Amino acid sequence: MDETRKKEPLIRVEKRKERPAKQVRLLRLASVLLAIVAGGLFILCIGYNPFSVYATIVSGAFRSSMAFQATIKLMVPLLIPALGLTLAFKMRFWNIGAEGQIIMGAVFATFFALFCWDFPHWLLMICMFLAGMLGGALWGIIPAFFKAKFGTNETLFTLMLNYIALYLISFLRDGPWQDPNSSGFPKIARFGENAQLDKLFGVHVGWLIGLVLVVIVYIYLKYTKQGYEISVVGESRATAQYAGMNYKKIVLRTMAFSGAICGIAGMVQASGSDLTLTTSVAGGVGFTAIIVAWLAQLNPVGILVVSLLFSVLEKGSTVMQSSYGLSAYSADVLQGIILFFVLGCEFFVRYRFVTRKKGGKA
Amino acid sequence: MRYQNRKKREVTQLALDKVENAIELRGITKTFGSVVANDHIDLDVRRGEILALLGENGSGKTTLMNMISGIYHPDEGSIHVNGREVVINSPMDAKKLGIGMIHQHFKLVDVFSAMDNVVIGAEGKRIKPRELKEKILELTKKFGLEVDPEKKIYNMSVSEKQTVEILKVLYRNADILILDEPTAVLTPQETQKLFAILRRMKEQGSAIIIITHKLNEVMEISDRVTILRKGKSIDTVNTAETNEKQLTELMVGRPVTLEIDRPKCENVHTRLKVVDLSVKKADGTMALKDLSFEIKAGEILGVAGIAGSGQKELCEAIAGLVPVETGAVLHNKENIIGKTPKQINNLGISLGFVPEDRLGMGLVASMGMVDNMLLKSYDKAKGIFVDRKPAKKLAEELVERLEIMTPNVETPVRLLSGGNVQKVLLGREIESEPSVLITAYPVRGLDINSSYTIYDLLNEQKKKGVAVMFIGEDLDVLLEISDRIMVLCHGEVTGIVDAAVTTKEELGLMMTGSKREGVKADG
Repeated sequence: MDETRKKEPLIRVEKRKERPAKQVRLLRLASVLLAIVAGGLFILCIGYNPFSVYATIVSGAFRSSMAFQATIKLMVPLLIPALGLTLAFKMRFWNIGAEGQIIMGAVFATFFALFCWDFPHWLLMICMFLAGMLGGALWGIIPAFFKAKFGTNETLFTLMLNYIALYLISFLRDGPWQDPNSSGFPKIARFGENAQLDKLFGVHVGWLIGLVLVVIVYIYLKYTKQGYEISVVGESRATAQYAGMNYKKIVLRTMAFSGAICGIAGMVQASGSDLTLTTSVAGGVGFTAIIVAWLAQLNPVGILVVSLLFSVLEKGSTVMQSSYGLSAYSADVLQGIILFFVLGCEFFVRYRFVTRKKGGKA
Repeated sequence: MRYQNRKKREVTQLALDKVENAIELRGITKTFGSVVANDHIDLDVRRGEILALLGENGSGKTTLMNMISGIYHPDEGSIHVNGREVVINSPMDAKKLGIGMIHQHFKLVDVFSAMDNVVIGAEGKRIKPRELKEKILELTKKFGLEVDPEKKIYNMSVSEKQTVEILKVLYRNADILILDEPTAVLTPQETQKLFAILRRMKEQGSAIIIITHKLNEVMEISDRVTILRKGKSIDTVNTAETNEKQLTELMVGRPVTLEIDRPKCENVHTRLKVVDLSVKKADGTMALKDLSFEIKAGEILGVAGIAGSGQKELCEAIAGLVPVETGAVLHNKENIIGKTPKQINNLGISLGFVPEDRLGMGLVASMGMVDNMLLKSYDKAKGIFVDRKPAKKLAEELVERLEIMTPNVETPVRLLSGGNVQKVLLGREIESEPSVLITAYPVRGLDINSSYTIYDLLNEQKKKGVAVMFIGEDLDVLLEISDRIMVLCHGEVTGIVDAAVTTKEELGLMMTGSKREGVKADG
């Protein structure tokens, strides 16, 4: 036997007993603080003062009512899809298709905006809202049906549907829905005033819809029978069937809701923010929303907080760019650092390091 | 530190004195968080002996063995192999020291043949299949193993697979063998075969550690017994100088009676009648073939059989979870085939199925007791909201009545110990006042105390006039608690016998397929 074998490794990784919930929360908080410190080091490395940069980011998002309104406008399209995804994720249905569901919601709503613009305003709004839900729900039910019926992989399925939805917009833009007044330039007409979402406190009412959805999703998951069913199905399909639950029905229903909420986000974005339909109506928020939902541990209130933080970072970084000449991409780096730390802390929830000297006397 | 050094010196001294010790553990301590799994354990295993490691669940047997086989690392203490202190950092290290472990769950590649499984992971140059086969046949002859080197694992029975595991270890020249509950999956006859192999190995000078909680096997196979309790080594005794009662007392820590009650059946009448039931598995093969039997109110019908003989499918068919090919299941003369699981449950047919991991089906691991109480009844309240108040009350009652150890009723059940999980599950089923109670492996992995609580609960149900079906593994227990025993083999009934007049050997024979014609026992 060689000598090296005589020694135990300097550091080894060990599984640990489950930590109490309070400790886990503290650990997560610590990871966010550490992320801010590490982000500060990064800013320092590229030659700026981290304190003033952070201050700029925060003040940039809140310094005026205009700035704050812009921040909220960024938050809404993160908040609503994240809530929708939460329903699916609680059921362990890996819905990567929020992007497509948002787009379909926007497409369906746009139909009314373009072709029924002469409806009374309130009726048009309701039609667009319901159409948005329907579009999203449809894009949610399709993969759910195939999953429940044939056991197809929902991750790939929902992902692929995103592209179908995206190219559907291109098709509509270049063909049937092309703006007749654009003299051949491929774009969809700007919504008439009648088809624009009302404003409240200077921002379109999407934020109010978002807040209401936070409450609804929270109550739905926590206190209703259907919410209970979602948790059981998420844990184990076998258990759900054993308990007499109708697995297929629950999967279809939940994905319809999940998609419908994402569809609402699409409608809000098109008629409240973009005032038209473009291929960038979702613009990647469907993917960012996945991160938001998980960072918030699928807690609706947490999602509200996390999506606000994300939008502050995003808005603040544009200000950072204009006042320091620092590329807005560095905000993406900061976002990456935060993610790295927060997700990395999950490791310490479940494992611990043991060093040779101490012998792991915990 | 100095203390440890002194200890080391002492140990080297000891090692010189008795070189026949294959393994010596000195002061092994291992903690997981705040739980001390092993607390300064000393253990010796000599060459040419079989040491039984006895202890209840959670007493630290497996943890200790995992340290010898390089899966965990001890916090304190030292391991000596053949008189030399060693540090075992990985299973590879253990292998090099000649230590082989056979786990409860086999680690074989299903689509490979026996000989391919034997060579994977083994050191040395690639050898020609013909030479390999010869080498393996030589080994099998030497130790009396019965195995066809060319046979694929998926075609093998459990006992054959185990033989391959042993072969794997022997092929690597391991002379220290650790077996973790090897007989749990075997019939009495197969167990005898295994013991013959172990005795052969012992004669060749191997050191063998066998983990078990079956006392009769300890008495039969071992030379010495080391008893662990709550992470401490309580005592080591020579098997020849002890008996089952003393071992139990050492294991549990106080005197216990080993008899299980079998109250007399009263007012017995047929409650559930199964007629010509056939069920297919997902892969199209038959799981159950023309099964016919009855479960009577006020009796416990035991079901014996090797794991995978159709027990799971039988439970699921009665509960309405899997489609049925042919046949009928009559509950009070009403056919329940074709009804949904919910309808069947509402008739009072309650399934307390306990899969291997205990949490897979009957309970939701991440939920607390309260939410688990709701699992089958959440839908009964009106409206769209779940009413958690009665569930909470029920959970609190169960905690008190069944002495369930839990910080509070909201603690996720996966954090509870096996016995407590089992009590939660059975408690809920019993609270629903079933007319038929089906339990599968209700005492799997439980310590003696918890097991007896479960037996009492089942007997209580029987006295109340519930028809109880008890699918079990331990034949001794089945023989004691059941009124009648049905034996399954490959999805067929090979006999339904009166438990009071049947022996374990007879059951064993039926489990492997020899039918007992004309034997009918009615309670």
